[in-house]
Amino acid sequence: MRRLPVAWRGPITLVGGGLTLLAIVLAIAGRSLAPHDPFAVSTLQFQPPGASHWLGTDDLGRDTLSGVLSGARVSLLVGFVTAATAALIGATVGGIAGFYGGLVDDLLMRLTELVQIAPRFFLAVLVAALFGPSVVILTILLAITFWPLTARLVRAQVLSLRQREYVIAARAIGLTESRILLRHVLPNVVGIILVTAALQVGSAIIVEASLGFLGLGDRSMISWGYMLNDAQPFLRVAWWMSVFPGLALVLTILGVNLFADALYAAWDPGRRSRLAV
Amino acid sequence: MTRYVLRRLVQAVPLLVGVLVLTFVLIHLAPGDPVRILGGDGGDAAYYATMREKFGLDRSLPEQLVVYLGSALHGDFGYSYVQRRPVFEVIADRVPATSVLMLTALAASTSLGIWLGAIAARRAERAADRTITVGTLIGGATPAFFLGQVLVIVFAGMLGWFPVSGMGAARGVTPGFPQFLDLLWHLVLPVTTLGVLQLALVTRLTRAGLIDALREEYARTATAKGLSTTAVLRRHALPNALLPVVTVIGSHFGTVLTGAVLTEIIFAWPGLGRLLFDATLTRDYPLLMALFLVASLSVIVANLVTDVAYGAFDPRVRLS
Repeated sequence: MRRLPVAWRGPITLVGGGLTLLAIVLAIAGRSLAPHDPFAVSTLQFQPPGASHWLGTDDLGRDTLSGVLSGARVSLLVGFVTAATAALIGATVGGIAGFYGGLVDDLLMRLTELVQIAPRFFLAVLVAALFGPSVVILTILLAITFWPLTARLVRAQVLSLRQREYVIAARAIGLTESRILLRHVLPNVVGIILVTAALQVGSAIIVEASLGFLGLGDRSMISWGYMLNDAQPFLRVAWWMSVFPGLALVLTILGVNLFADALYAAWDPGRRSRLAV
Repeated sequence: MTRYVLRRLVQAVPLLVGVLVLTFVLIHLAPGDPVRILGGDGGDAAYYATMREKFGLDRSLPEQLVVYLGSALHGDFGYSYVQRRPVFEVIADRVPATSVLMLTALAASTSLGIWLGAIAARRAERAADRTITVGTLIGGATPAFFLGQVLVIVFAGMLGWFPVSGMGAARGVTPGFPQFLDLLWHLVLPVTTLGVLQLALVTRLTRAGLIDALREEYARTATAKGLSTTAVLRRHALPNALLPVVTVIGSHFGTVLTGAVLTEIIFAWPGLGRLLFDATLTRDYPLLMALFLVASLSVIVANLVTDVAYGAFDPRVRLS
């Protein structure tokens, strides 16, 4: 096996990678690891953490541990699909704007600014309230609001690449514009696209959980935000209802952020550890 | 400078119109009928028709949009369906509470963040620095609503030090200084909830900026001519390190606004965030659209202020 590049070694990558991996495993297998059905109500309400229910039970007697284990799926799904879709849209828009320039560039950049100004969270709240809570609609909306950052970064990169000698040379030997864009320019912006996408996974997870917390999450799937929403009226009675799903959320976001950071350091060794938010 | 600011404001107008059209279309695409929410499900068709006519909901969508944009340009945002008052008044009532919350959180997190960042940079790679860095990482990964819940559990529940909700005690507070103290007491938990993310960000940026600045030649020169580390840090490195901090505070204004919405809901703070939430649940369209406009406008203004401040702090930056 090849050794990891220098920037990939060290505690940040290890902790970030480990937590991300754990979250992914939970997203796939958490439901089958759960000791109970996370939706199953019982008469054992507000049980503190103990031998029968390790993380206690909620106001309807549902097992907190099972909820925490099953809740990873929604978070990770929304986080990764949003980031990937936004990367795709952003790279396309930014690539076209930067490469073709002129009127196309102007139009696309105005559009980018418009989307960037639109308050993402307000929109998400509005859409969830108006169209009903749905993971699919939320993911589409988030992807639509997350792409401008990628578009701007890619455009800036493509603008400078366009002037490089090898691109001019490629044009001189008669390659088509689209071929130059896809074969010669795109490979040089993949790094920035990946890093931005990784950074956005954490942000998308936070928005999804925030909506869940407001009671605007998809109630057909258990999620950590949903559990925190349930916990709000009972904070003084049953702290475990809030603390355990909240910790799961924090550790997941922390892991993804640290991982994105390691990716950034690997991509740009000159600026080690930008430390994502 | 004045021309620059004016031009930026003029450029913002199409953006704001775009935001309005977007929300208008979105709201009208959604299922749900405001007339039924207002009048209940039991009314007859004639009653609904009268209400539709009264609120202009019987006209075509493009017509409604033109009417709305026209009056919005005159500063008239219509009447709130639910509160039956001009939207402008409803919003104006809530601005002070949100402003107090956001400005206190911004001021506290910025000053504390610069202080912590300076400590970390001075003791780079040592225990204090590592503790602060790990703290910023965890702070940056903690969503406001969870932090708020933990603060309520510990400080309001277990210790009973701070109030759980509201902006002031309901009665028994004399106006003047005691009232101010009461407000501060109610502010502690919400401000902490809202400020931690920003604190993490400012600390981290200050630290990184200072460490870079201390490696520069002017810092070495200052040390060589005998200045103490503190003096080099404060007089030479800090002004340069704070530039990126200014930009980031400005560009994160939208995030702070979002945080304020969640914080207000946790602590029953009577500001714009709660208003947005209530307006969403009752489908109060005119209020919703105006709130969107206010949110977008504040983001645009925050960006502009940031750019102007950047130019003021760094004479090398020319605004044009």
